[in-house]
Amino acid sequence: MNESLTCDVVVVGAGVVGAACALYAARAGLDAVVVDRGPVAGGTTGAGEGNLLVSDKEPGPELELALLSARLWAELAREGLGKAVEYEAKGGVVVAGSEAARAGLEELAAGQRAAGVEAVSVPADRLTDLEPYLAPGLAGGVHYPQDAQVMPALAAAHLLRASGARLLTGREVTGVLRGPGGAVRGVHTDKGDIHAPAVVNAAGTWGGEVAARAGVALPVLPRRGFVLVTEPLPPRVRHKVYAADYVADVASDSAALQTSPVVEGTPAGPVLIGASRERVGFDRSLSLPALRALAAGATRLFPFLAGVRAMRTYAGFRPYLPDHLPAIGPDPRAPGLHHACGHEGAGIGLATGTGHLIAQVLTGQAPGLDLGPFRPDRFTEEAE
Amino acid sequence: MNPLQLAGARPGPAFTVTFDGRPVEALPGQTVAAVLWAAGITSWRATRGEGRPRGVFCGIGVCFDCLVTVNGRPNQRACLVPARPGDEIGTQGGTGHEEVRRAD
Amino acid sequence: MRTDLAVIGAGPAGLAAALAASARGVGVTLVDAAAEPGGQFYRQPAAGLGAGRPEALHHRWRTWERLRDGLAASAVRVLTEHHVWCVERTPQGFTVHALLGPEQEEPAEVPARAVLLATGGYEQVLPFPGWTLPGVVTAGGAQAMLKGGLVVPGRRAVVAGTGPLLLPVATGLAAAGVEVAALVESTDPGRLARHGPALAGKLPEGAGYAARLLRHRVPVLARHTVVRAHGDDRLTGVTVAALDAGRVRPGTERQLPCDTLAVGHGMLPHTDLADGLGCRLDGLAAAVDAEQRTDVPGVWAAGEATGIGGAALALAEGHIAGCSAAARLRGTTPDPAPAAVKARTRLRRSAAALDSAYAPPAHWPEQVTDDTVVCRCEEVTAGAVRDALDLGAGDERTVKLLTRAGMGWCQGRMCSAAVAGLAGCPPTPSRRPFARPVPLGVLARQHYSQEGPS
Repeated sequence: MNESLTCDVVVVGAGVVGAACALYAARAGLDAVVVDRGPVAGGTTGAGEGNLLVSDKEPGPELELALLSARLWAELAREGLGKAVEYEAKGGVVVAGSEAARAGLEELAAGQRAAGVEAVSVPADRLTDLEPYLAPGLAGGVHYPQDAQVMPALAAAHLLRASGARLLTGREVTGVLRGPGGAVRGVHTDKGDIHAPAVVNAAGTWGGEVAARAGVALPVLPRRGFVLVTEPLPPRVRHKVYAADYVADVASDSAALQTSPVVEGTPAGPVLIGASRERVGFDRSLSLPALRALAAGATRLFPFLAGVRAMRTYAGFRPYLPDHLPAIGPDPRAPGLHHACGHEGAGIGLATGTGHLIAQVLTGQAPGLDLGPFRPDRFTEEAE
Repeated sequence: MNPLQLAGARPGPAFTVTFDGRPVEALPGQTVAAVLWAAGITSWRATRGEGRPRGVFCGIGVCFDCLVTVNGRPNQRACLVPARPGDEIGTQGGTGHEEVRRAD
Repeated sequence: MRTDLAVIGAGPAGLAAALAASARGVGVTLVDAAAEPGGQFYRQPAAGLGAGRPEALHHRWRTWERLRDGLAASAVRVLTEHHVWCVERTPQGFTVHALLGPEQEEPAEVPARAVLLATGGYEQVLPFPGWTLPGVVTAGGAQAMLKGGLVVPGRRAVVAGTGPLLLPVATGLAAAGVEVAALVESTDPGRLARHGPALAGKLPEGAGYAARLLRHRVPVLARHTVVRAHGDDRLTGVTVAALDAGRVRPGTERQLPCDTLAVGHGMLPHTDLADGLGCRLDGLAAAVDAEQRTDVPGVWAAGEATGIGGAALALAEGHIAGCSAAARLRGTTPDPAPAAVKARTRLRRSAAALDSAYAPPAHWPEQVTDDTVVCRCEEVTAGAVRDALDLGAGDERTVKLLTRAGMGWCQGRMCSAAVAGLAGCPPTPSRRPFARPVPLGVLARQHYSQEGPS
C-alpha cells in the first residue's frame, strides 16, 4: 500500500513520548500523523515500569520538566484518562540504609524542596507506617507524594487515541524530506511519503537513527535495564520504594552493571523490581548476575519477597544522551525538525511535559520552560 | 472397569487428607489433583478476578490452572504435588497469599 | 558434580540420547522434573499405586522396557524432580539451574561441558465459550492423570479437537471405564488419505485405534467441532456442530451431555531453555542440523523441542543427538545407527504430513464470543483482545502489553496461539528467560554466594 499524505506534523515514534506529542499538538489545533515501524509501545515504552517521578531528580532542568509533567499527568487523569492508563498517585518512598545515606538523601530532599518538590522526611521508626513490609534497621527515608505511576503501554495507546491523530504502524521512516533551503518537508516511509512542514523525532532509543536520516547527529545510545516481575500478590508494596543509592546510579556515567533496588506494586498484582543499568548496546540476552543483584536488593528492602516467585523478566533499553538530559525542541540544523527523545529511564514520566513543550514550539508560542539545556544541537558544538 | 483395575493396581494402604476441612481418602503416590478427582472434586481454586472455579486443565504442570493451597502454602500445582497423609488441602482464592497473611 | 553432558528431559528423546552418549563413554546426567523417567509418553503410575499391569495404559511397551532396563544398566546419573528454570552459559560450558520438586523452592545446579535439550512439548488448546469450566481438560492432561494417578475426570466424556493424540486418549479413557460419548475431530478423514504414502507407516496404528473405538462403541464425528461447553460451575455438556470449509455449518448444532471434555488442538514445542541459550528457532521449534546440533556450540536438541513428531521420531533424534554429543566431546566421529537416521527421515516426512492434515477449523476465531476468556490466568476476554487491536496493537506482544493476556502464571503458554489467531498474526515464539517461576530468595542467595554480601 503506497499512499501520500499531508498533515501539519509527522510524529516519528508511537511510544509514550510520541503519543504525548501527538496529543498536545492535536489540542493546539494541529493535524498530526504518528508513524512507527513497529506497533504502539513497541520500544522502550513497552519495557518500562511507568514511573512518573520527581523524587529521583536533582534540582535542575530535568526536575523542572518532571514537575511540569507530573502536573500534566494529574490533569490528564482528572480529565478521565486515569483509569484507562492505570494512573496511580501512589507516591514514592526513598529509604536510606545507613546514617550516611540518610544524610545525603536529606541534602537532596532539601534542594528538591527549594525547587518546589513535596518531600517529607520520615524517621526510621515511622517507615513501616508507610510500608508495613519494609525491612527493619533502615536509617530513615523521604516520602514524595507527587510520585505516581501509569501502565506505560496503555498510556501510549490511550494518549494516541485521545489525540485523534492518524496512527500508521508497521511503517518505517526511511528518510526525511528536505526542501531547497534545507527545511523539512515531511518524511519518506517504506509505504509512501508523508508531507508536513514539521517532523518530531520521538523515536526513543532509535532517535539517533532517525536524526541521521534527517542528516543531523544526535548521540542517543541504549542503556540496558532488566525488570523482574513477581507472581500476583495482594497489595503489600504501596508506594514506589527505592534505596537512596538509586539516584547516584541514574546519574552515573559508568558502563558497568549497576543495580539499586526499585520495588513497586501494580494494580494487576505483580510486584515490579528494577533497576539495573548496563551499557552493552542492544544485547537482549539474559544476564543472571544482573537479575541476582536485583533480587538481592529487593529482598533486602522487603524480606518477604524472598519467598515470592519471579514469573518473568525482560530487558529494555533506555535511550540516553551523554549529559543524561533529553533532546527537546527544534533543531536549527534542519529547520522544521524537532526532537523529543533521549529521556533515558524517565520517558514515561517526562512524556507529558515534553509533548506540551513541543506543541508550544510547533504553534509558535514561547515554551513554558527554558529549552536551552535540552537543545538537540548541544553535542555538535562540543565536538567542533 | 476402572483405572485401578485396568492397570492391575494393588496400592499401598489408603490414607486420609482433608479438603476444605472434610476428609478425603487418598492412595499413596497420587498427586493432590488425582486424589481430588478420585473423590469427584473437579475445582479447588476461585480465580483472582472473577472468582470462577478452576481445577486441572493441562495435567502436566504447564498451565497453572490447578493452583491450590496445601498445608497453608499457596500456589502449589495440584497436578505435580503428591498428597501426603494428613495434608490439609484448601480451595484457593485471590492470589493465594491472603490466606497466608491471615495465618501470620 | 560436574558432568560431560547434561540431558534435560527424560522422555523418549532424552532417554535415547542419554543411553547413546553414555554407551560411547561420556559422563551423562539426565535431568527431569518428574519423579520417574519416561516423560509424558511413558509416564508411569506412581510407585505407591502398585500397578501390576502398567502396559495396559501404554503403547509400545516393549520400547519402554528396553529404555528402562538400558537406563538401569547404564552409568547415566539420573536426577529426578529437578525442574530446570534456566541454562546458563559459563566460561567452562554451562550450568543447569534447577529447583527441587515438587515444592520448587530449593535450588540445584548441574555444571556441564555440554547440554542436550529434550524438553518435549505441551498441548495447544484454542479457546471456545465455556472452555474454562471445571471438567474441561486437555486431552493430554486426561491421559497424564490416567497414566500417572490412575484416575479419570468423570463418567461420560467427549474427546474433541484435532490431532493424532485424540485417538489414544479416547480409547484410553474408554478402556478405563469412562463412557466416551463422542470423538469429535475437526479434520476431514479425506485429508489424511491424501497424505497416504507419507503416512503409510501410521496405518496399522490407525487401524488398531479404529478397532478399539469400535469395541468401546465410541462414535466418531469427523469434520465436527465443539462450539460451546455448557455448565454453571462445572461442565454439564457440549454443543457440537458440523464443519464446512472451516466454518460451523448453521443448523447442525446439537448438545451432548457429558461431565468431561478432553480437548486438544495439536502440540507445541518447549523451547524456553533453547531460546534462553540464544539458540536459533525455526518457526516455533529449535533449529538443528543433521547431527541435532543447535547453532550454539555445545547445545544439542532432540524430540518435540525441535518440532512435533511423536515418540518414535523423538527416539531416533535422541539417539542421533546423543551419538553426536559423545563424539564431539571425545573428538571422535559420530556413529549413529543407520536405522535411526533412516527412521528420522521417514518419520519427519509423516510428521509433516500429519501436521498439514490435522488443523483446527480455519475460521475458529469466529466461534470465540467477546465474553470468552482467552487468557486463562489473567482472565482476559476475546473482547478485550479485540479492543486492544482497535487501540493499535497489531501483534501478539502489543496485545499482551495492552491487555495482560499472557502475563500470568503460565506466561502465555496456554493463550499465545489464541491471541495470535485473534490478532490475525502467525504464532511467534514467546521469550521466557525463566522456564519456570523462581523464588526471589533463590536468586538473591546466588548473588551473595557469587558476589559476597554487599
